[in-house]
Formats: sequence, C-alpha cells, structure tokens
Amino acid sequence: MVAWLKRSAGLVLLVAMVIGMMPTIALGQEASGVQEVIAEVAAEVEAPNAADTAWMLVSAALVCLMTPGLAFFYGGLVRRKNVLSILMQCFMCMGLVTVLWMVVGFSLAFGENTLGGFIGSPLTYFMLKGLSFTEVWSGLTISQQLFMIFQCMFAIITPALIIGAFAERMKFSAFTLFTTIWLLVIYCPVAHWVWGGAEGIFALGGDGALDFAGGTVIHINAGIAALVACLVLGKRLGFAEGKISPPHNLPIAVLGAALLWFGWFGFNGGSAGAASDQAVRALVVTHIATAAAALAWAVIEWIRNGKPTVLGIITGAVAGLVGITPGAGFVDPIGALLIGLGATIVAYFFVAVVKHKLGYDDSLDVFGVHGMAGIWGAIATGIFAVKGYGIEEAGGLLEGNVAQLVIQLKAVVYTLIYSGIGTFVILKLIDVTMGLRSSERSERIGLDLTDHSENAYTILE
Amino acid sequence: MKYIIAVIQPDRLNDTLDALEKAQVHLVTVTNVLGRGRQKGLSEVYRGHKEHGTLLRKVKLEIAVNEDYVKRTIEAISTAAHTGSIGDGKIFVLDLQQVIRIRTGETDTVAIG
Repeated sequence: MVAWLKRSAGLVLLVAMVIGMMPTIALGQEASGVQEVIAEVAAEVEAPNAADTAWMLVSAALVCLMTPGLAFFYGGLVRRKNVLSILMQCFMCMGLVTVLWMVVGFSLAFGENTLGGFIGSPLTYFMLKGLSFTEVWSGLTISQQLFMIFQCMFAIITPALIIGAFAERMKFSAFTLFTTIWLLVIYCPVAHWVWGGAEGIFALGGDGALDFAGGTVIHINAGIAALVACLVLGKRLGFAEGKISPPHNLPIAVLGAALLWFGWFGFNGGSAGAASDQAVRALVVTHIATAAAALAWAVIEWIRNGKPTVLGIITGAVAGLVGITPGAGFVDPIGALLIGLGATIVAYFFVAVVKHKLGYDDSLDVFGVHGMAGIWGAIATGIFAVKGYGIEEAGGLLEGNVAQLVIQLKAVVYTLIYSGIGTFVILKLIDVTMGLRSSERSERIGLDLTDHSENAYTILE
Repeated sequence: MKYIIAVIQPDRLNDTLDALEKAQVHLVTVTNVLGRGRQKGLSEVYRGHKEHGTLLRKVKLEIAVNEDYVKRTIEAISTAAHTGSIGDGKIFVLDLQQVIRIRTGETDTVAIG
C-alpha cells in the first residue's frame, strides 16, 4: 500500500511541475501589450498595511509557540518514560506539517475549488507558487505569504492535538504516516469548507458558519479524530485496572498551559487578520473566557472534591481557550464570561463523568476538552454572536437569529461525521499495513527508550 | 526474621507488587536504583553518539518477613519479575536481628506485621 502511494506520488509531482510551468511559458511568448496591462493592474493592487503586517507577524510567531506549549502540557501529564515521545511527536509535527503545507497543503486548503468544492486544487499554490510578499491576500490587508505562514501554524497544531489521545502507545512510524495523510485528507478539506471558499454543499463558510479562529477546523476536527483514535488503538496496559501512574511533571504541564494561553492571543487575536478593533475584541474576550473557565474549574473541584488542583485549573484554562475560539471576534465580554463558564462545565462533565462511565482511554482528554469545549464554543457562538462585530447580518440566538445557530450546528455535524469516519479509515489502513500500536514490550519499557533511544532525565549525573 | 532485598527490572514493578499482595505480603519499601550486572541492555543515542548503558535503571524492593513468609515472598517475586532476558535481577535474603514499629513500640515478629 505504501509502495503504491510512493510511486503515484512521484507521478503526481512530475505532472504538477509540468502544468505549473505552462503559464510561465505562455506569458513569455506574449507581446509587450500584455505587460502594459499587467503594470496597470499591479498599480491598482493594494500594498499590505504596515501595522496589520506587524501584528500578524507576531501572531504567527505566537501560534507557532503553541505547539511546543502543547508538547509540554501533554508531556508533563504522561509517565516519565514517555515524555520524550510526546515532545518528539510535537516537534515532528512542526517539521513535517510545515513542509507538507508548503508543497500542497496550503493549496489544498485555500486553492481553487475542485471536486465540486470539496477541496482546493493542489496546483493553485503548489510549492507556494504565485504567493506574493508584496500583494495582499484577497479581502485582507496583509501579504499573501504572511497569510500562508499564519495558516501554516494552525495546520501544525491540529494534528499535534490528536497526540494526546494515543499517547504512550502509538508507534512513531505509524504516527508519522498518520499525520501526513490526516493533514492532507482531513484537515485541508475542512479548512477549505470553513475558510477556503468552498462552494456548493461544502460551503460552510460561504453559508455563514462563524468560526473565527478555528473552533471547528482545529478543535472539533482534532477532538473527534482523537476519540476515534483512542478507541481504535485501545486502552493503555494497566488502564482498565487503574494502574497508570499520575502526571510525572505537573510544573512542566503548567508551563505548557501558560505558553498555550500566551500563544492563543495570537491564535485568536491574529485571526482578525489585522491590527484592528476586532483583534482587540478577540484578545479581550479570549482572556476573559479563559479566566472564567479556569476559575470555574477550580471552584467545581473545590466544591466537589474539597480541594482545587493545579491540573484542574490548567485544564479549565485550556477548555476556556478552546471554547472562545470560534466566537472570539463575534462576542462581547459578557458573552465571553458565559462561554468560558460553559466550556468548563461541558469539559468537566465529559472528563470527570462520561469518560469514567464509558471507560475509554482518551489519555490526555483531547476529546473531552478540545472536542466537547469546541462543540460548545461553536454552538455558543451561534447564541452570543453580536451583529456588527464582524458580521453584517443579524447576530446570534440572543439577538433573535435562529438561522445562525442552525448553520453553526451544520458545520459541527459535517466536521464530526467527516473527520470521525475519515480518521477511522486512515487508522485502519495504517493498522493493516504497518501496525499502529507499540508492542507490549515497548509500552512497558517506555517509548523514549524503545522508539528514540533517549532518556529524558538522567539519575546520577 | 529475614530481610529480603530484590533488584528487578523497572517495568516488572507493578506485576511484582500485585503478586506480593496476592501472597499476603503487604509491607514493602521501593526505591529507584542504578545497577550493573552482566547486561548490556538498551543503549541511548545523543546526536549520533551511542552511550552504552554502564549503569542501568532498576527498581529495588525491600521487605521484612517472618520465617513462614520467606518462601512465598521469594516465589512471588521470582515469578512476577521474571522475563527470561538478561537483566531480570537478583533476590538477596538477609538475617534480620531486630524490628521496632515506631508508632507503637512493638518489636520483632509482631512489628513485621
């Protein structure tokens, strides 16, 4: 199966390169009349706005920082024998996804509609062809390259989120292949539907679904993929008997959560696409929702268990961050407060009650926190969206607009079905060809030593 | 009374503790240790430079037992910690002179529990 993929990939690349060169060849043969027209058109194209560019550059860097932040958050929560495997998988995402994004990923998400609007053409921006550093991306005031690299950071963190579901038991080789396929076949289409201008039945963004910074594209998408992955891979050895050790390094998990909170200001604030009042709104409501969610989780634990925990408060914070993501540019501070509170209630219920009742091993609560808080956030956006906050038509349910809620639900359902089934198929294919799960010996000894020949912490020196 | 020290593979700890529980041996002290036998074990690689495990991670169990519990303790550990590969570890049985429970002041066989 893998050999077939390799052979046809080579053929596709060759054909793509030939097609990509054709426009260049054709233009060179035209008379200078065309060049005059081009010069005129170029003069009318806007140059990027300096202030917006500055903010978006910073935002891209902030979102990039979120993936190592996630790595530490997850890393601190696993057993010490597996911490490096988590960090490795996250860093691998940074390297692998970036290259894939550059070659075809960006094009698949934001290229010209093909297959009836299902996905963008991989040829439109193949190898970032035609993306300008000086011309703006349509509808924005920043250059095309800046838009591409900003989006790249989102593409990186989405498969990285899924790591939490199969932590401590997935073969590194299977992980690498899974990430590659998942990015191209699941992430890129969903991004295309919500942000990339998809048409027809896939026009979720076109139909008015509000996903400001990726609640659906990133969190619901990764969340349902995580649930499917943890069910397909099965429970960790010792999980059913309650023998899994507690988080081995909570301080590092807190550091990770802090980096996520910080980086998320770029994730949401940057999704305004400009240094605008909407960016300010996004940052303000992000902070408020996160704070409300963190506080709420601490209070719930205080009441329910008698003691609030560090793990609880940082999980609450992450739930809040996820919950506010789809609505960051569209809601006001009071809405944000309620969204944050709701995110914790939903996530807490799924993490502390549902997971235990149903017994699935979602090791780091990707579905419970990212998936469910993301679904809440998408629906809550439909409730709390304010008309005029980046939307010309009517706002959310609270302003009497039921239609918004309906399209939000539609986007959620589409993503759940497509990502859920798609992830299942990809995992099964990999399982049949190379196997997904680490051997029992590897799982006992720890993936750091067996998959990476490294020890995270030396003991004597 | 005997004092039993067992050095075993870290990943066999949970199974060994389970086996001891089943054999009614509840009291145990566990520590992380580094050790070297004749095993080469898993090596570590740092930027291409291979380190051979001179000292490898093990886990040490220490258990104070009354005479009638010695045999079952040794059996429990031997079975649960056994993998058949080099590096399974060793069990040492020492004579124990005195035992005092700090909280109550009980001594010897009563204190072992």
